[in-house]
Amino acid sequence: MMEIMEGSHAVAHAVKQCRPQVIAAYPITPQTHIVEALADMVADCHLDAEYVTVESEFSALSACLGASAAGSRVYSATTSQGLALMFEVCYNVAGMRLPIVMTIVNRSLGAPLSIWNDQQDSISLRDSGWLQYYAQDNQEATDLHYIAYKVAEDHDILLPAFVCLDGFILSHTYEPVEMLTQEQVDSFLPAFSPYQRLDADDPISFGMYATPEYYMEFRYEIDRAMQRSKKAFSAAGKEFADLFGRDYSAPVEGYRLDDADTALVAMGSICGTAKDAIDEMRSSGRKVGLLNVRTFRPFPGPEIAKALSGVSRVAVLDKNISLGAKGAMGIEVKDALYGSGIPVLDYIIALGGRDVRKKDIAAVVDMAEKNQGDLFYGLRKEVL
Amino acid sequence: MAGSGCDLFEFGHRACGGCGAALAARLILDAAGKDTIVCSSTGCMEVFSTPYPETAWKVPWIHSLFENNSAVASGVEASLKKQGRKEKVIALGGDGATFDIGVLCISGAFERGHDITYICYDNEAYMNTGIQRSGATPYDASTTTSPAGKCSLGNKRQKKDLPAILAAHGAPYVATASIAYPADVKKKIQKALETKGPCYVQIHAPCCTGWGFEGEKTMAIGKLAVETGLWVNYEMEEGKVTRAKKVVRKPVEEYLKEQKRFRHLFKPKRNDEEIGKIQAIADRNAERYGIDLKIKKD
Repeated sequence: MMEIMEGSHAVAHAVKQCRPQVIAAYPITPQTHIVEALADMVADCHLDAEYVTVESEFSALSACLGASAAGSRVYSATTSQGLALMFEVCYNVAGMRLPIVMTIVNRSLGAPLSIWNDQQDSISLRDSGWLQYYAQDNQEATDLHYIAYKVAEDHDILLPAFVCLDGFILSHTYEPVEMLTQEQVDSFLPAFSPYQRLDADDPISFGMYATPEYYMEFRYEIDRAMQRSKKAFSAAGKEFADLFGRDYSAPVEGYRLDDADTALVAMGSICGTAKDAIDEMRSSGRKVGLLNVRTFRPFPGPEIAKALSGVSRVAVLDKNISLGAKGAMGIEVKDALYGSGIPVLDYIIALGGRDVRKKDIAAVVDMAEKNQGDLFYGLRKEVL
Repeated sequence: MAGSGCDLFEFGHRACGGCGAALAARLILDAAGKDTIVCSSTGCMEVFSTPYPETAWKVPWIHSLFENNSAVASGVEASLKKQGRKEKVIALGGDGATFDIGVLCISGAFERGHDITYICYDNEAYMNTGIQRSGATPYDASTTTSPAGKCSLGNKRQKKDLPAILAAHGAPYVATASIAYPADVKKKIQKALETKGPCYVQIHAPCCTGWGFEGEKTMAIGKLAVETGLWVNYEMEEGKVTRAKKVVRKPVEEYLKEQKRFRHLFKPKRNDEEIGKIQAIADRNAERYGIDLKIKKD
């Protein structure tokens, strides 16, 4: 049923339909509306879950880790400094192969303090072993939660997943969202069946320590599971499309790329603005297209190389910066296109919530056509 | 029927001979029985009992990080509750994990009232990383980060009173025990596990390597700590001390002189002033907990 909903509430509703058994979360702007909505559902008996009101994000993910290891489907949400506080636990959750799903409402990191959107937070955890899915709009933000649980809990995968949506731009915006019924969700996402759990009848040890003789193989296994998750994501996306008509099976999504000279590459809500800007540029005869990256981990390198094989240049829009290097996606897209001879230009854009308009997208395309790139876009003149 | 500690905490772990913490682990599992899940902090216990692919734990056991075992235990408890399962949940940490880095998580878990038992094996320093000072290190003990030297007498502070801090959170049952009194340890663990809500048991677990004594003396050293009044075995129920082990006290130097960590108080010459200060700590303990055994004279 189509409803006009705030992004956060649409996400909370989807999470409720996934039937998490334990939720542990700590409020932080702009994630708060999600965990408040879930708390309301538990308080009103609409959601039968244990809701643990922890004292920090660090404890939130620690409690999720324990709850997942004990055999429950688990959910949390966070952003920015909260995710930074979870850093240590994030690595353990992935290393212990616990299929926790966590919404990241993307927000910049301090200092200076900023509550507004960029994607520095989740990007900074790119090496932690969590699957990372990015939503373009609230419909996708909602639907990706069902898919994330399905992929994460697959016994051939067993990895935790971030579902990322841009703070405020998506989380606090009312958009029409087509919600599934509980019966539909149940038909897609079966009840959680843990591969192994803490159980007195069959005792096992989780999280032991490994000497140099063993450690490396554990990392290899996680990497293999990451690679396998590509197929699982595709399959889950295809099944979702067959059942409900919305198709997320591709890790990258092209827009007017077939005959494009300049291809933009981006993640998240900026793609919507980019598509409108591309339509305008196309009407004045400029051959511009977009590649939306939906799964940043595992990184869809071969799919990106294939999708961009025919373009003359690539302009990456990075809402993050690996300080001292470039934007994270710029670096990885360049790696994916290595040997193709296609130039990849990187643009650090919209950090700390700075607005992106259609004219900004057009300006990036202008610069890319003049081979100007690898820069912060739209800086105040006094620092230049 | 619960198995014996020897059954549930397997022989063949890699602790030092005479390790007080390993003895604590056996006593804990002996008391708790097999329907128990243990959430363990980083530390000696984890390292000597779980080198992959081996484990000494015959109950479900999970290690995550140094500081978060009580938060992990909170999640385990919530998960069991949701599934209608009845296993008991223990969070187990050394003094560093408990007194220092883990205090935030413990405070949160106790304030929320989870039905878990937190057990600290207190060997009075960071032993796993090389005998550094923790908040549980006693006054004047020499450690690698509070070494005795020309300008230093060792650790400058008394032990943090963590049992009182946790009792102030509204914990229904808080107890201290010593591995030198095994039956008392087991009784208190069982009581904590049977009591609904967050309970705390702190077990004095002498460390032969860290304190500097021969492994066969662990029990004797533990006993001397109690007999001098430097360690008190007591119970607190609903915030009030209800029982404390009474002793005919011995002078503190009988305990101090057995351990290398206090050697600087006796060499090159006996430091009467400092030994006096430590005696005063024992005297205050005796008064606070009422441990002096009055011997009736005819």
